[in-house]
Amino acid sequence: MNVLSKLFYKYKKILKVVKLYLLIAGPGIIVMVADNDAGGITTYTATGAQYGYHLIWFLILLGPVAYYVQEMTVRLGAVTKRGHAEAIFHSFGAFWGWFSLLDLVLVDWLTMITEFIGMTAALSIFGVPPVVTVIASCLLMGTMVIQGRYWTWEKAALVFCAVNLIYIPAAFMIHPPIEKVLHGSLVPQLPPGGFTNELFFLLMANIGTTIAPWMVFFQQSAVVDKNMQEKDMVWGKFDTGVGALLTVVVAAGCVVLTGTLLPGQNISDAATAAARFMGINKYVGTFLAIGLFDAGFLGAICISLASSWAFGEVFGWAHSLNHKVKEAPWFYAYYFFVLALAGTVVLIPRAPLVLITLFVQVIAVTLLPAALVFLILLLNDEETMGAHKNTWFQNFANVSIVAMIILVSTLYGISALFPKILGG
Amino acid sequence: MFLNSFRSAAGTVRKINKKYSTPHMKMTPAVKFSLGLLRFYLLFLVGILVYKFIVTLHK
Repeated sequence: MNVLSKLFYKYKKILKVVKLYLLIAGPGIIVMVADNDAGGITTYTATGAQYGYHLIWFLILLGPVAYYVQEMTVRLGAVTKRGHAEAIFHSFGAFWGWFSLLDLVLVDWLTMITEFIGMTAALSIFGVPPVVTVIASCLLMGTMVIQGRYWTWEKAALVFCAVNLIYIPAAFMIHPPIEKVLHGSLVPQLPPGGFTNELFFLLMANIGTTIAPWMVFFQQSAVVDKNMQEKDMVWGKFDTGVGALLTVVVAAGCVVLTGTLLPGQNISDAATAAARFMGINKYVGTFLAIGLFDAGFLGAICISLASSWAFGEVFGWAHSLNHKVKEAPWFYAYYFFVLALAGTVVLIPRAPLVLITLFVQVIAVTLLPAALVFLILLLNDEETMGAHKNTWFQNFANVSIVAMIILVSTLYGISALFPKILGG
Repeated sequence: MFLNSFRSAAGTVRKINKKYSTPHMKMTPAVKFSLGLLRFYLLFLVGILVYKFIVTLHK
């Protein structure tokens, strides 16, 4: 009887912990899964097609990198109750504030265009015209926000995060050689041919997709909008860890898909991969196309919110998803304006979409180092963070990661501008 | 109408500039060094972008 009562007590305790986590879960998973946006999926499919399973270990290493950066936004948001844009204005003054805000607006808008490119390309595989995709996506994104509750938006976004996991069953459906996949996942190795410029460019692209400027702004604002408290930080970090794990598994799934079905092929974008899959395995092709649409959609909902939150914080508008449209008109007007503007560009005939995609990489390089440096400085400010400031180990890990990201993203941006500079 | 909107926007920006005119971060040598390095880095990037723009124009 005593054993039974103990078991029941433990069961109730575990149930309580799970319920508490489910209440707090959201920002971490959403930002991490949305990190696998249209651009990310394209990079992973290209990696798999070009180098098979040889670089899965590298993608796994990027999981902790993303976690360490995003975990800082959880602490900063929960302690200061300020979004990243407002925190920069408050701590570093108007010059750095305006620089970050305007750069964020430009990067987010350009990235949004690439998300719409991904969505329209994905649904065009099913014969859906781009104009229908853009209008339907905007309507769906609008419906998610206008009901005036953060909770509802978050749970809807989590459903789209679940759809993003479609790459995992798709990878199992094609029966990949498990031994080779495990070997590529667990044993650090270089692909046959050694360290070439193409490999270096692809590694840089993979790192570049792991941490984007909008992620820092989005998660911190989401933590504030969710009203996460200091006592909830443990769960916020756990949530981010779960998200990091999911993002790595999805990335590995994409690599396994193209590494198995399209080895050695030059894949310029994920939509091309999905179209080729259709000829090999209709179901897998459909899964990849749905996944690509979902990736673009998730990216778009998070990026547009990151900008709207940032503007609302700085301009002093009501800027919470818990507000109705009437209560926060400028916040929602800006949200819809960004959506409509990005969607319209994709529909312009002969719009320079390739140039825009290139521009995203370059402009992101100007914002990312600034956002990350501010993050580290803020996390070391005792007045701001109190007991939650970075420890020695956190500083060692975060400074190393940020230095590596800055170096690699700069090289990536420069090589995007001058493709021959690295001898490619 | 347009002029009024512009004036109102400029007024809002002035208010924001005034509100955040003083940085609240304690400017320790490490912070000053980091911000200086960031300025240098951004100037370097802008220089590269301008160079690329000029090269593209002359093609």
